[in-house]
Amino acid sequence: MKRKIGVYICHCGGNISDYVDVEKVRQAAAKEAGVALARTMEFACADSSQKEIAQDIQEGAVDSFVVASCSPKLHLPTFQSVAERAGLNKYQYVHANIREQVSWAHSDDKEGATAKAVQFVRAAIAKVRLAKAIEPIEIQTQRAVLVVGAGVAGMKAATSLAKMGVNVYLIEKEHFVGGRVSQWDVLCITEETGKDLVTRFYIDVVANQNITLFTGAELVECSGSMGNFTVKVRITPRYVKDICEKDRMRRAIEVCPVEVVDEFNFSITKRKAIYHNFPSQYPLVAVVDMKHCTRCGKCEKECEKIDFSQEEKVVELKVGSILVAAGFDPYTPKNGEFGYQVYDNVITLPQFKRLVAISDTELKWKGRPVQTIAYIYCVGSRQLEGENKYCSRYCCLTTICAAIKAGEKFSGLSHFHFTRGIRTYGKYETFFYEASKRGQVFLQSFEDDPPQVTQKDGRTLVRIHDILTSRREVEVDADLVVLVTGMVPRTDGRIGEILKLPRGRDRFYNEIHMKLRPVETVIDGVTIAGACRGPQNVVEAINSSLSAAIKSYSFVRRDTLAIEPIVAEIDPDACTWCEACAKACPFDAIARDASTGKEIARVNTPVCKGCGMCLPVCPANAIQLRTFSDEEVQQMIGVLAHEL
Amino acid sequence: MPEGRRDGAKILVFSTEKISDPAIDMAGLLKLHYPPRVYTIAVPCSSAVKPHWILHAFAQGFDGVFIAADGSDCPYGESCTEKTGALVQKTHALMKEQNLDAARLKMAAICSVCSESFVKHMKSFSEALQKGK
Repeated sequence: MKRKIGVYICHCGGNISDYVDVEKVRQAAAKEAGVALARTMEFACADSSQKEIAQDIQEGAVDSFVVASCSPKLHLPTFQSVAERAGLNKYQYVHANIREQVSWAHSDDKEGATAKAVQFVRAAIAKVRLAKAIEPIEIQTQRAVLVVGAGVAGMKAATSLAKMGVNVYLIEKEHFVGGRVSQWDVLCITEETGKDLVTRFYIDVVANQNITLFTGAELVECSGSMGNFTVKVRITPRYVKDICEKDRMRRAIEVCPVEVVDEFNFSITKRKAIYHNFPSQYPLVAVVDMKHCTRCGKCEKECEKIDFSQEEKVVELKVGSILVAAGFDPYTPKNGEFGYQVYDNVITLPQFKRLVAISDTELKWKGRPVQTIAYIYCVGSRQLEGENKYCSRYCCLTTICAAIKAGEKFSGLSHFHFTRGIRTYGKYETFFYEASKRGQVFLQSFEDDPPQVTQKDGRTLVRIHDILTSRREVEVDADLVVLVTGMVPRTDGRIGEILKLPRGRDRFYNEIHMKLRPVETVIDGVTIAGACRGPQNVVEAINSSLSAAIKSYSFVRRDTLAIEPIVAEIDPDACTWCEACAKACPFDAIARDASTGKEIARVNTPVCKGCGMCLPVCPANAIQLRTFSDEEVQQMIGVLAHEL
Repeated sequence: MPEGRRDGAKILVFSTEKISDPAIDMAGLLKLHYPPRVYTIAVPCSSAVKPHWILHAFAQGFDGVFIAADGSDCPYGESCTEKTGALVQKTHALMKEQNLDAARLKMAAICSVCSESFVKHMKSFSEALQKGK
């Protein structure tokens, strides 16, 4: 039967047509065998264009089609659903990427770009000529989601999923929930503290029977794919069975002779080897830090709930989707960066915030009273020379907010902000106004002339050429210098490695598309939420966690999930069962079959992932991968090789 | 127009749908230019490329074939690196039988954000093939 192929070439509002002569491409496509119509479109993804394609199909003018537009990563599903809406099998549509791989890549060479677009469209036509209708494969779905990270984003996502009736396994690497937000005192806009917010989320989590929370839990292995992942989680024990009776835990902590740096307070204080972060940190049960515990046995005498017989274990869970909300680390300045680690009164913003939170009547640093504070902005963000070119978004607001709160808590403080331009965007602008009104001083410099920190005769001086006053030199004699450090990805990136999550240029986890698919990753079934996607504040983290929860829900909401029927097929006549394919298959999807009397390989279709690893190892060339058959690939190669 | 009127070597790239093809897309997004006679066919995994597809490409007139491999990032498992290596080795042997210069088939791992590396490979491969012509 003669094909009636429709070819639709997108201008992408100039993104393509500014560099590719789309009319020339259309003319070349129209000349190809089997092409019934070829059109250009301003935006192929627009509703009106989709309707036009569907109409061509429904009227019988077209029985298969090619769309030449942006990367298939963006709109392949869009046009597949156009086909389905019009009653055509979605595999009778083939995509040509003439934006990312043509017009944008060769915007310096319009002639070359046009010639290449012609070739890509011709190759797609060659492939669609051979396209067959293929029905999807249905797999059983696990109605459960693994949420990695019990910070505010992870807890919110877990609660949201659980309310939709999904089983949630919420795993947290630390022994306490709340992530970074639990380390913060008063949060801006509302008067809530980080602890208040974490408490509210934690109450929601434990109240919901659909959620199983594991603390001290780390993802160590993952296999399977969307709809059906098998994950292994390693759980480190607390070595404390339950809450001790009144005051006994306090005494158990007191008698512990081991003191280590307290990371919860960003190393400005010490903690014991048996600890909880602060008295109401959740879960309420304390933890023994086995890395530092000397097993002296003193705590055991104080509280009978301490149990050193607990052992590490690995649990295996089956889930349909994985939601990653692994959070961020604060940037650690390099030694000597604005005097960090050189002068003992230079600290980071997280340290300052903990200092304000744990100080009672007087603000002191290393025993000396603090009155004048210099804040140096954009440390580790917006770097001209360095890895972190991005703005960390939350720091301007957080610093101003912390300065206002410190001023309310302790009298007589003077605040000097050494900025690179304040970015308290949206409604947060009022805080900038409030700080200015209270007499806090804002100075500004450009990136090429940053402030200098020096020490002389025991005084710490911060000097700037202030561009707001015609580069006048201003010097502040500061008791405390606070480096306003931005956000960086977690140093421990094992989750990303295990799940094979790609990272962006900023080294945070990368979404498929910022605007179109902001919480999905290229790994089907894995979504990302919160600050592991990139710097964001609490509000933004919660927003993204709700989006990711809905997206993860969409993968598990039905009992079955239609998966791509792109699987390997064996030619029983050619196959001689040599086992090479079965050995090459990483999913054990190929087995020996002698049911027809002849020993051949058989593909277990729902298990086959369509990777094609079995293809090149077959000495008889008896395996074809659907939509990547020898005929299809060789036709495309032939067309691409013979340029018009 | 007569074939071969355009400058530069003709290169066929086998990219992978989830890893190296996104990197090639991003090269476009970042307007990192490379020679336009680089043509891509995306396959699910670099260890799915059949040696006879590569030989077919040479027979049809491609100057070079580049496998933009998944490397250790392959979503289908770690064995990808070894298997892609094996198929390249097998193809090199077949190329030798046909007196084809082994340098015309190249393979390198291109991670999903390795756009700059891809562009660098395309520029140098194109230049090398041009010199070898």
